[in-house]
Amino acid sequence: MDHISIQAEIRIGMNDISTRTKIQGSSHSVRIWRDRVFVAGFVMAVLIGIAGLFALMLDVLIDGLPFLDFQFLTNYSSWEPHKAGILGPLGGTLWIVGLTALFTIPIGVGTAIYLEEFASKSRLNRLIELNIANLAGVPSVIYGLLGLAMFVQFLFNGSRNVTAGALTMTLLVLPIVVIASQEAIRAVPSSYRDAAYAMGANRWQVVKSVVLPQAMPGMMSGIILALSRAIGESAPILIISSLVVVAFIPTSPDSAFTVLPLQIFTWIGHQNPEFRGIAAAAIVVLLIVLLSMNGVAIWIRNKYQSRPEQ
Amino acid sequence: MAAVFLSILVITGCAGGASKEITIDGSSTVFPIAEIVAEEFRKEKPGVQIPIGISGTGGGFKRFVNGETDISGASRAMKDSEREEAVENGIEFTEFTIAYDGLSVVMHPTNDFATCLTVDELKKIWQPESELDNWSQVREGFPDKPLRLYGPDTDSGTFDYFTKAINGKEDSSRSDYTASSDDNVLVQGVSGDQASMGYFGFAYYTFNKDSLNILSVDDGSGCVTPSLETINDGSYKPLSRPMFIYVNNASLENEDTKNFITYFLKNAGELSELVGYVGLPEEDYLSQLNLIN
Repeated sequence: MDHISIQAEIRIGMNDISTRTKIQGSSHSVRIWRDRVFVAGFVMAVLIGIAGLFALMLDVLIDGLPFLDFQFLTNYSSWEPHKAGILGPLGGTLWIVGLTALFTIPIGVGTAIYLEEFASKSRLNRLIELNIANLAGVPSVIYGLLGLAMFVQFLFNGSRNVTAGALTMTLLVLPIVVIASQEAIRAVPSSYRDAAYAMGANRWQVVKSVVLPQAMPGMMSGIILALSRAIGESAPILIISSLVVVAFIPTSPDSAFTVLPLQIFTWIGHQNPEFRGIAAAAIVVLLIVLLSMNGVAIWIRNKYQSRPEQ
Repeated sequence: MAAVFLSILVITGCAGGASKEITIDGSSTVFPIAEIVAEEFRKEKPGVQIPIGISGTGGGFKRFVNGETDISGASRAMKDSEREEAVENGIEFTEFTIAYDGLSVVMHPTNDFATCLTVDELKKIWQPESELDNWSQVREGFPDKPLRLYGPDTDSGTFDYFTKAINGKEDSSRSDYTASSDDNVLVQGVSGDQASMGYFGFAYYTFNKDSLNILSVDDGSGCVTPSLETINDGSYKPLSRPMFIYVNNASLENEDTKNFITYFLKNAGELSELVGYVGLPEEDYLSQLNLIN
């Protein structure tokens, strides 16, 4: 400590006399004290966030655990609190995530590959990139209204089916997938590409055999995070589905459906206050699904990052 | 990854046999009855899928007259404008009365002075030009305490019925009150505000009796408190109201829908009382059964 501060003072002394006098003006103990205050402040900032999250989880667990059993996962919703389960919305959520992945991954990754590897840096392409970044910030309820007009009314003729929901979610998460994939592609060192070109590979071969395998972990974690956003969203689905009791798992892409966040929303508003506990149990299930998806994303990233790069 | 999701799709896709859905949407007041009847029906006919939405009476009718839903729950009768739209779209339908509701006016449980108000006093509070914001303005002798109002939003059939019964004209109401389409938000609002007054369907009062005080209403023939008896015999006036379901006649051609409506009429009386509403006299259900056979 002393050694470092002396060195620093020497360096400052050589560059700027006035700074040196200012620092010397505050005594050693004051500086240590000031350092501690700032560290304490930063720790507080971290704790406020964590404490909030922890209090929320604890509250939900206390309310929800009494209702959380295997039957809760295998029953359909019911007017009787102790018989109510989440099978219908759980099935709906799986359909939405599955179809959204099916639509989002090819379109999102394709867009990213085009923008990074094939498109020239023209004004038009820069405008497209800027707009994709802007789309990521549009409130989700706007996508719900867009989906209602474009998919439900126009494409499916008033049928509020699970495909319309998934297409809306695709619009919502597509910008996130594109941006994450672009960043993953950009992180591939250009020397790899140069080496491949030097061996006579064409552009597509370079993308397929060099860039994509290298960028895959980054893309995957971006895609998983985007899909977990699709699971947690309720506003667009409220507009698209508008259903609150669905006592079946959708059987085909044109089935009616509901999703977990919407079911939670309904139970909180149920005339029987006992459903507040059921809603908390559903929140616990939703959190488990989300946290495990995020966990998989982190696992993929760590697994591939630890691999030696050179 | 995509393969995993595909297999999930295939698995969920295989579960359950394909069958046409019977879609219900409409009033959140009728919803509890639709929910319980659909659930009990499912026990007898497990293959039939009956998704239910709560877009409000008006919102439900907007979908119904477009042919998007098979059944629409309503806490008021269909308006002429909505009928015209149905005719334009070639939608024919049948109206069924399924139960009675007593529109309940409620206050914070600590409010011990306002136990009974006349229809005129309610009108004084809720009419469009009203600026009352203190209980002492409602009746002489009431304490000098602020008054804050809670009620359903304008898409709600409850709003339409209350404004007609109290203010004399449908949809005419003061607008400076806390409005929500979610009755539970109103329950939370009224039970959390000492100065509160609000109104909603009887079921929401039934399930929240401990946190609310209910108001008796005097229609000129004495104070009457809403209860299963006073709603059933019609003495709770003028806020007792019938609740309806509207069924698309084209959907009635479907055997499942017909069975469901038959089941609905045969069991609504008993089941609606489990969720806080009042059933019709038995013969009223039986006479309506003739409409579909």
